[in-house]
Amino acid sequence: MASERDTPVALKDEAQLKQKQMIADHFSRLGRSAESGEKNAYTFVPGNLTELLLSFDLLPVLPEINALQAGMRGKSKEYIATAEKLGHSEDVCTYVKCDLGMMKSGNVGPTGEPMPDPSVLLLSYTGCFTFLKWFEILKQEYDCPVTLLHVPYQGDGVITDSMRDYVVEQLKNTVIPALEKVSGKRYDEDRLKELLARSAKAEDDMVWVLESAKNRPSPIDAYFGGVYYLGPIFTAFRGTEDAIDYYRCLRAEIEQRLAQGQGPVTPEGQIDDERFRLVVEGPPNWTNFREFWKMFADEGAVVVASTYTKVGGVYDNGFRHDPSRPLETLAEYCMGCYTNLNLPTRVEMLSRYVREYSADGLLINSIKSCNSFSAGQLMILREVENRTGRPGGFIESDLVDPRYFSGANIRNRLESYFQMIEQKRVGKSA
Amino acid sequence: MTEKLETLVERAETLYRDYSLQSVRDWKKRTGGLAIGYMPIYIPRELLHAQGVLPVGVMGGGDDLEIIRGDAYYQSYICHIPRSTIELALNGSMDCLDGMIFPAICDVIRNLSGMWKLQFPDKLSRYLDVPQNFDPSIGGSFYRRELEELSADLTARGAANYDEQALRDSIAVFNRNSSLVRELYELRRNQPWKVPTAELYVMLRASLVIPVEESTQMLSAYHTAVKNDESRKPMDQARVVVAGSFCEQPPLGLIKTLERSGCYIVEDDLVQVHRFLRGDIPVDGDPLENLVNAFLTDAIDSPTRYVGDGPKGAELVERTRACGAEGVLFCAPSFCDPALLDQPMATRAVEQAGIPWTAFKYSENTGQFQVIREQAGTFADSIKLWEEG
Repeated sequence: MASERDTPVALKDEAQLKQKQMIADHFSRLGRSAESGEKNAYTFVPGNLTELLLSFDLLPVLPEINALQAGMRGKSKEYIATAEKLGHSEDVCTYVKCDLGMMKSGNVGPTGEPMPDPSVLLLSYTGCFTFLKWFEILKQEYDCPVTLLHVPYQGDGVITDSMRDYVVEQLKNTVIPALEKVSGKRYDEDRLKELLARSAKAEDDMVWVLESAKNRPSPIDAYFGGVYYLGPIFTAFRGTEDAIDYYRCLRAEIEQRLAQGQGPVTPEGQIDDERFRLVVEGPPNWTNFREFWKMFADEGAVVVASTYTKVGGVYDNGFRHDPSRPLETLAEYCMGCYTNLNLPTRVEMLSRYVREYSADGLLINSIKSCNSFSAGQLMILREVENRTGRPGGFIESDLVDPRYFSGANIRNRLESYFQMIEQKRVGKSA
Repeated sequence: MTEKLETLVERAETLYRDYSLQSVRDWKKRTGGLAIGYMPIYIPRELLHAQGVLPVGVMGGGDDLEIIRGDAYYQSYICHIPRSTIELALNGSMDCLDGMIFPAICDVIRNLSGMWKLQFPDKLSRYLDVPQNFDPSIGGSFYRRELEELSADLTARGAANYDEQALRDSIAVFNRNSSLVRELYELRRNQPWKVPTAELYVMLRASLVIPVEESTQMLSAYHTAVKNDESRKPMDQARVVVAGSFCEQPPLGLIKTLERSGCYIVEDDLVQVHRFLRGDIPVDGDPLENLVNAFLTDAIDSPTRYVGDGPKGAELVERTRACGAEGVLFCAPSFCDPALLDQPMATRAVEQAGIPWTAFKYSENTGQFQVIREQAGTFADSIKLWEEG
């Protein structure tokens, strides 16, 4: 691994700096909330109800984001160890253990400021069984109300009226009354509609940015870079003017890169020679994120589409938050998140990505502690290979447990995969 | 053991070990009906029965199935039951099933429902989403619609149409069966030496692959036989609850090992479909509504169910006390999210109640029991020592 002195300083453009400021301000507000009296809701990324929370002036706190940031800051190892000492199994989700360990270690957030205790736990049970257990565990630790939103799974690959009604009824009769009670404010549908309208605007630009990767060379990396681009939408900002400004600014930057025929910016610099175009399925590893990205960048491998950037919502199928149907649109958003889709839909989506983004193949980063993604991935790989005729690759790591990141092993597998792609090209041109 | 008892247990064990599902094939030949498999933990079997369908419990492969192709479908860090289930499907053992129902247990079983759709497109593959909202007008309405859709799917595959009276009759048939299971559990609680868990377990497993009417006869005969068997005498064993084995089942050898190590298992989570509902389902009125309400209000606190009220683990403490157990063995499958994520909360509750516990993991094909035997034996000994102290 390169020493600190050898590591180049990452290039940051205007959009990135803006995002950094937005996030810093958000955590700062959270850190000051004891004095300011602002209340918050702990909730999850998939199926997050950010607009609804903001309509009650509740600040969203996303434990997954805290966990991944702990992973990137090198704190997750000790947090996980703390949770395992308390009896949590080595077999289960490391986000949960990292979050719990962080809480037991003073609940200091990524900006170094202490996180407030939850005013309410909004358990949006969307696309991941572990969420249910996660907040049952937190419920034992905090003296605060919990409100559950059970989002039905798209078992048959469709959203039925029954499923939509179920979510809407829960929103009306369970979630909204709970948020009214916590916030001390009445549900204001007009305000929610305004927030949703702003979401849709930002979503248009966000989709444009992600789809810019269809160009050759791609001006973006839709996985490693994509997780940064998705940050504001995923986390606390959907529905805000800040999110609109951020995506407008990002889009302008990407338009410029596109006009100049530039490749994506990575922490090591710009990729000038796009040698491989990949679709990636599965979350990234966070503990060695930069090292992981570098393995791709060194080979000129650019991720042109990824599924991880769809866990907080699938928008490239045309979905936009619709202010004219506020609760129904929230229900449809929740049910449409990537991990809430059944496997045939996921296979179809990945095959489409490989074709539409002119990718060389599908690469799966299988995450040890995330069954929602991982169970079935070997079958997905074979199906996508069969349908597209393009080779698949498979690597394994974990979200935030550094014990399961083997850099040498992953690099070997990636190199073999890239060689396979090249051999296929040679075979085709021969 | 009397000859009759021996015959009963042998037959049950034969059914339990028959991966080819010959009993199901025979039933289909006899009746021409549909047979639909289901994964643990709970489905409303009454509905299938009422439409002339044979519900067939699929609980994975156990310890004597060699996994050849199933491992190619799953990474090493995923539990064992889906890979053995895929193996059984690919090797033809499950050819006689016209479809599968995958109830909402966890992400692995949920994703298996989609794999089934891809692998067996001609068969019914139905994900049964059960509500986590237990308000009858919200979660109840949703669940009712889920059941109506399931019923329509069955009819589309050739099952009889939904009929209210038929469902009432089926509820009554299953009530009788479940009450027999409860009686056996009560007998084991009161006289555990009469009902070894290894025997009871194969009775319950066998009941998954035969018509409920046959199961009722078998359980009834077994109940009578063990009750009257005076050759079974009490021993100085520790009374324990085995918790956490609700989906992937432990190998029979592991259950026998626990019993041989000095434990009387007086309560467990095994083959939970028989006891997922605590009592009988009412037969009067709207039978579909009764099925729905039973799920909402009378189900056990399974780790697959959101527990919104009260401390987690309270039900386990209550169960442990109610059956007079002296300790809890947390016995969960490796990589089982519902069991292992629940376990720290459950152990805390048990510990706060002053109940001794120990924990170990298994997989359905675990073949070495020495370490578990030593652990369980030490645990049983320590209980006995404390009791005497």
